[in-house]
Amino acid sequence: MDGLFTKSSLSLAVAAGVLSFTLQAANTEHRVPTNIPQPEEGQFVHVPPTMDDLEKSNLHPELKRVIRRGHDLFVNTQQLRGKNVFNGMNCSSCHLGEGRQPFSAPVWPAAVVLPNYRTKNDHVNSLEERIVGCFSFSMNGKPPEYGSDNMLALAAYHQWLAKGVPMYQSGKSMYGRGFPKLPEPEKGMSFERGKQIYEANCSICHAADGSGLVQNGEVVFPPLWGDTSYNWGAGISRNFTLSSFIKHNMPLGQPNSLTGQESWDVASYINSHERPQDPRYTGNVKETREKYLDTFHKYTNYGLEVNGKLLGDHDNLGGEKDFLKPDALRPRTFSAE
Amino acid sequence: MGMKSQVITAFTILTFSLTAAHAVEGDPVAGKQAVAVCQSCHQPDGSGMNIPGGESWPKLAGLNASYLYKQLLDIKEGTRKSPTMNPFVDMLNEQQLKDVAVYYSQLPPNEGKGGEKATDEQLARGEKLATDGDWNRYIVPCSSCHGSDNQGAGDHFPGIAGQHAGYIADQLRAWKSGKRDNDPQHLMLAIAERLDDEDIVAVSAWLSRQPAKPAK
Ligand code: HEC
Ligand code: HEC
Ligand code: HEC
Ligand code: HEC
Repeated sequence: MDGLFTKSSLSLAVAAGVLSFTLQAANTEHRVPTNIPQPEEGQFVHVPPTMDDLEKSNLHPELKRVIRRGHDLFVNTQQLRGKNVFNGMNCSSCHLGEGRQPFSAPVWPAAVVLPNYRTKNDHVNSLEERIVGCFSFSMNGKPPEYGSDNMLALAAYHQWLAKGVPMYQSGKSMYGRGFPKLPEPEKGMSFERGKQIYEANCSICHAADGSGLVQNGEVVFPPLWGDTSYNWGAGISRNFTLSSFIKHNMPLGQPNSLTGQESWDVASYINSHERPQDPRYTGNVKETREKYLDTFHKYTNYGLEVNGKLLGDHDNLGGEKDFLKPDALRPRTFSAE
Repeated sequence: MGMKSQVITAFTILTFSLTAAHAVEGDPVAGKQAVAVCQSCHQPDGSGMNIPGGESWPKLAGLNASYLYKQLLDIKEGTRKSPTMNPFVDMLNEQQLKDVAVYYSQLPPNEGKGGEKATDEQLARGEKLATDGDWNRYIVPCSSCHGSDNQGAGDHFPGIAGQHAGYIADQLRAWKSGKRDNDPQHLMLAIAERLDDEDIVAVSAWLSRQPAKPAK
């Protein structure tokens, strides 16, 4: 038991949090159990603090204000629509439960493993740069400036969630980090099966045409494909990432209710539809696919022919943004030294 | 008076064309006649009644027409069990059920009752569940399905803001006990089973005190 908890995690609130993860997973009396995987022996478990914990903490009031702002931007990123966000997403659309939920890519690990090397852009990234990544691809957007008030607020919120976790703690895998890859689908992936699963489980919220639900100008259910969804460069456009997201998080409120096979099928169905262009587009979809094949596109349907159509073969940026690639996405090199 | 009825007519035509595009094609004028048998409980203005210690009558005014129609069909077919309601839905044919659904959806919503005596602590707990949820127990915020401010979302997720606390609590308990089991994909059941009784009292009280806006 001891090995599971870090020293810093031994506060009562945190222990109670772990207990409730355990309880919810173990509760078999429920007709719709959550079946959240239990921590494995030796895994590093961290239960991020809540906004209530923030109020009770003795941080400086000004810092609390900034963290609150970061939280607000995280769960209602649509307030930056047209400025930094050019689709119908909030950060919390993919990072469920305010970015705290295990198996929903909780965001705290980024605050303790960065700066670090990422293959996606082949250099060492800071926390702000990681946030820039999700803005540029998942939000099809233009990230807030490095060092700006909004960027500081978001970074502060991430760091707050990592409270007590040692920097670069290593050796042990982190419980619930990212969207862990599911076993390969035994029957491969099928568009047809995916479509049926989609219509039975998803379209009530995300609509048959994947556009989600916007009501009185507010996004209620986020779009899964089309102009207002994530673009072809987003991590979740990889089938292994999307299938894991779905398995562990969807339908909303019913995690782990689909089988792995069903999750792969419905993921491939979703990612067989069009979406805004990859910001790294060279002007030629086949060429772009080739350029980022090993690090990325071998897992996506971008630049492949699906149902007689070459996916990603267009100049469509989603209809709301007037640039392909935000300036914040830039290479970094220390070769001058 | 002339002005007002003109506005109402324009509104009716608008809703009519909207509902026509969706599932329910009903005539609110015919609906108004058919609801005569319903008013003893749901009241002439559709406000229903909060009945402490008894079975509350839901407010119907301003709820989504497709949602109302689905409930009436479910009650008629027995997939939603209500011995109280059954004899009354049986009096109406399918077209009349559509008519009354459209009629009630167009009435201006009124205030929810039953949350007057809630303590500040209960209200805070209720608000948290309704707007932020409690993810440690996998209680998704009510508003992520019931729409912003819990005013309802599309045809499947009814408005619950401004509903009577007694009715909200009755329904949540009915899901927990298995009495109500007609929700699509058991989306509501999954959440209701994770609520304990204190949650139910708190969230019902808080929701009942929120204003309901007319269905769009
Ligand atoms: C369309 C879905 C989506 C949206 C929206 C989204 N993200 Fe992400 N995010 C991802 C995926 C996918 C990953 C990678 C997870 C993995 O590695 O398995 C990720 C990873 C991250 C990480 C790194 C987590 C780690 O374990 O290191 C951070 C930090 C992050 N996102 C922040 C944000 C912020 C801030 C926003 C809003 C501006 C946002 N994300 C919006 C999908 C999304
Ligand atoms: C009850 C409504 C509901 C159902 C049913 C549902 N979702 Fe979602 N989905 C949501 C909501 C709401 C979010 C955003 C999460 C949040 O804000 O907490 C979301 C987020 C997502 C996202 C990430 C954001 C985006 O738009 O890309 C994907 C992908 C997704 N859902 C796929 C699915 C799939 C696949 C199914 C069916 C297996 C499904 N959903 C069923 C409501 C639903
Ligand atoms: C004797 C009182 C009574 C009468 C008369 C009555 N109802 Fe009801 N109604 C109820 C009760 C109680 C419920 C809640 C049932 C439950 O608990 O499932 C209800 C529920 C409903 C619902 C579901 C509301 C929701 O939000 O899900 C609709 C719609 C409805 N009634 C319409 C009607 C119509 C139309 C009539 C007349 C044809 C009618 N009722 C007559 C007591 C009554
Ligand atoms: C995952 C989606 C989802 C979430 C989250 C959710 N609900 Fe629901 N709820 C539904 C659906 C769907 C229905 C309609 C059921 C039907 O059609 O019979 C419903 C119906 C209801 C009703 C019955 C309304 C009526 O007029 O009869 C109440 C009350 C209710 N929900 C309360 C809540 C509360 C309180 C919460 C938060 C604690 C909540 N719901 C969270 C999906 C959800």
